[in-house]
Amino acid sequence: MNASHYYRALAGIIIREGLRFLHQRQRFMGALVRPLIWLFIFAAGFRSVLGVSIIPPYETYILYEVYIAPGLVAMIQLFNGMQSSLSMVYDREMGSMRVLLVSPLPRWYLLTCRLIASTFISILQAYVFLLVAWFWEVQLPPIGYITALPAMFISGFMLGAIGLMLSSIIRQLENFAGVMNFVIFPMFFASSALYPLWKIRDSSISLFNISSYNPFTHAVELIRFSLYGQLNLYSLVYVSAVAILFLGIAVYGYDPGRGFMARKQDT
Amino acid sequence: MGRGDKVVEPEPNSAPDALSVDGVSFSFPGRLALDNVSISVPSARFCVLLGVNGAGKTTFFSLATRLYNCRSGAIRIFDDDIRKQPSHALSRIGVVFQQPTLDLDLSINQNLYYFAALQGLGPQDARRRVADELDRNGLAGRAKDKVRHLSGGQRRRVELARALLHRPSFLLLDEPTVGLDVHSRQSILEHVRDLCLKEGVSVLWSTHLIDEVDESDLLFVLHAGRVLFSGSVPDVLEKTGATTVQEAFVALTGGERKQ
Repeated sequence: MNASHYYRALAGIIIREGLRFLHQRQRFMGALVRPLIWLFIFAAGFRSVLGVSIIPPYETYILYEVYIAPGLVAMIQLFNGMQSSLSMVYDREMGSMRVLLVSPLPRWYLLTCRLIASTFISILQAYVFLLVAWFWEVQLPPIGYITALPAMFISGFMLGAIGLMLSSIIRQLENFAGVMNFVIFPMFFASSALYPLWKIRDSSISLFNISSYNPFTHAVELIRFSLYGQLNLYSLVYVSAVAILFLGIAVYGYDPGRGFMARKQDT
Repeated sequence: MGRGDKVVEPEPNSAPDALSVDGVSFSFPGRLALDNVSISVPSARFCVLLGVNGAGKTTFFSLATRLYNCRSGAIRIFDDDIRKQPSHALSRIGVVFQQPTLDLDLSINQNLYYFAALQGLGPQDARRRVADELDRNGLAGRAKDKVRHLSGGQRRRVELARALLHRPSFLLLDEPTVGLDVHSRQSILEHVRDLCLKEGVSVLWSTHLIDEVDESDLLFVLHAGRVLFSGSVPDVLEKTGATTVQEAFVALTGGERKQ
């Protein structure tokens, strides 16, 4: 075993995830249609209701569509992270997780590779979304499309790590609907994706507190600033720390000795 | 190192056991799945792990492939302790799991290249070995077909080809013939026996189908998490006074059930 083995395994896992994604056109359409509905319909309807004042990184008044675009990019990554965790649960039952885990590489590395692969998929989806949004007057500074790449990598990695952690805990597939209700929706709504935090504070201090600690808020803000070529350092540190923490829990969960894996197997 | 690099000599005393399991117990919440199991798979032998459904065969495989860690006892693959040198130990085994593990929407080639990458094979090696293994398994013309379009027997052969890509010296197969028709069963069994005989691959084959046991095999009878017998087929017949393996199995496990 040497460095090329690590590299080849990573490449192999990324290629496999990419091929699987390409074969699942419905998943791709779903990933694209969901944020576009928010952009085309929700944002249009709320444009006049919600006035967004000038807050960093914005320097002028902006359309509501422009405000929620970063949140929708993060939503794409959130769904992708959870879907990838769904496929992990599915994989484990179908057995292809076994194939991955019996390969002669450290387990933390294999799980990290899976995460990186699913993050790339989410970035691909996000760029297609940004392209469509460009025609819908959500036009960002050209540099933003480049500086957003590392930001989306880190946020996608964190959201995937949350999914991975959940997949090591969820007992059965059926419970995933619960994950949608108890993880995806609360994370999305209690965040700065749809409205700025100061607006939330005006109506509820406790919701404001929850939202400011919500890792999803920081994923959104990291992406929002990066789309304007700026760095939100606090969000970067926050997102990175959460990513490492959840990856750690997931590796623990998939560890053959200590983890939940053996405990939850019934047969 | 490929297995073709060295001449295989039956030297039972010098070669380390492919698998040695010593005093392993394992329990799920509220249920003891394996109770103080000890078996050894000698190098270059075909061994059958025989047991009814629920006997603990899959749990045993999960431990031997390090999907679960054994908390008591020790498992060694050749000379590697699976807890201390997991990567080296895992690099020497090929596994065919009981559940289907192929990506149905990907082609045979794509499935196999993915596995080759996990094993660290370079692109050229991977291409050559994938072609070789498909050839040997009678799937040469179908490399670009989606797995979804293959029959059950063909899918199993793909999984077997995959398990052999990195030229393992020890092959573990967990009920590989489940759900297959007689011809597919026969052809897979013969292929694996050939590997053992001609190339010196050690084999642990688990099954609940007694007719898959051959007289020359080493036999482990697993029942309710315990090893009731380990030894040669003549030995089990002598021990139980039976004339067939079937009778011997019933004699061993039937008595156990009444307790």
